[in-house]
Amino acid sequence: MLNVGKIEEGFVLDHIKAGKSLSIYYHLQLDKLDCPVALIKNARSNKMGKKDIVKVECDIHMLDLDVLAFIDHNITVNVIKDGKIVSKKELMLPKEIKNVIRCKNPRCITSIEQGLPHIFVLADEEKEIYRCKYCEEKYAEHL
Amino acid sequence: MRHLMNPLDFTVEELHRLFDLANDIEDHMDKYAHACAGKKLATCFYEPSTRTRLSFEAAMLNLGGNVIGFSEASSSSAAKGESVSDTIRVISCFADICAMRHPKEGAPMVAASRSSIPVINAGDGGHQHPTQTLTDLLTIRSLKGRLDNFTIGLCGDLKFGRTVHSLINALVRYEGIKFIFISPRELMVPDYVTDMLKEKNIPYEEVIRLDDVMPKLDLLYMTRVQKERFFNEEDYVRLKDFYILDKTKMKLAKPDMLVLHPLPRVNEISVEVDEDPRAAYFKQVQYGVYVRMALILTLLNIQVD
Repeated sequence: MLNVGKIEEGFVLDHIKAGKSLSIYYHLQLDKLDCPVALIKNARSNKMGKKDIVKVECDIHMLDLDVLAFIDHNITVNVIKDGKIVSKKELMLPKEIKNVIRCKNPRCITSIEQGLPHIFVLADEEKEIYRCKYCEEKYAEHL
Repeated sequence: MRHLMNPLDFTVEELHRLFDLANDIEDHMDKYAHACAGKKLATCFYEPSTRTRLSFEAAMLNLGGNVIGFSEASSSSAAKGESVSDTIRVISCFADICAMRHPKEGAPMVAASRSSIPVINAGDGGHQHPTQTLTDLLTIRSLKGRLDNFTIGLCGDLKFGRTVHSLINALVRYEGIKFIFISPRELMVPDYVTDMLKEKNIPYEEVIRLDDVMPKLDLLYMTRVQKERFFNEEDYVRLKDFYILDKTKMKLAKPDMLVLHPLPRVNEISVEVDEDPRAAYFKQVQYGVYVRMALILTLLNIQVD
């Protein structure tokens, strides 16, 4: 069994669907942070069989985790302070997501307008449907 | 400052105020002849649409205002690669209000977000064409006296027709509407439309032949069935006559049924129907000018006593 050390302050993202940790790494822009990050792939899980885990050692106010709910709202977010879990953050589907996914509609203005952010708006919370703010094309493909 | 991107941008109450104004314009055209004196409308048409552009221009000229603009992308800075955001910032310095048609969906919304003048979406690709929907609603309200409690038949290409989808979305806000969709199987309304109707408990029927339902209709909204939408020539030849409105089919209709069409018409309404008093499609064009006049006044916040 692989062991990754405890962190003092930051987040442990648990119960990530196996294989999705790298996508989360990029969506949270962890590649741009100068702090310790551990990605654990295919860890054994009683609940899921296999799972991924991401540990980030950073100031807990540094990361905007809302996008995680869009990627997979089953992820458990443990907030760590002084080496202990101080809370579990509840993930809410963000009302708007900016520059996380791109509109694939070739007729959408985002396909030609320079510098225009790709914004998707939560159109149906129950069915978890996001639509492009500009052309209203449904985002169909999950990350 | 308000813009118009989607027919649902206005509440039902706001729409009724807009239509009251349009009807007052219809009755007292002279009163409004100088309402927009000194104001300029920019018609920024990145793709040709003669009818919509001329309707906007006629509306502004009827209000005593002036018109500037371009009628295709090749005669604008877009041909040099200018973004919509930059174009609208420039246009904002020249005009007081802008009507924009663009082949890319959402382009007028991008313009509105950067603009210092009101922007009207005059059609963005297959997405929205709100002033057509306002025209349809005003025509129905003016000629029927109401926007509730009727059975409307929508006939032709119901799959790709954006005017049809917008009209359905606008009408579901009124009480007692029943929809009858008349189309070949290939061109039926998309599932998301029927799902929405089921969710809201709004009655609808889907039928193949227009003849079968003519007697039930209070309104018939015709659209063009294009040959290229069919999977094969055989089906097209077999089905095309089902969707051509002629005198014989009109005999089956109620004496006060109205026939609407967003135009241009090709052959789906036989010219012999034009003389029928129930044919309202040319009146619809006239209402299009009135509703655009009312819209310009509303967005420019100009009141005429």
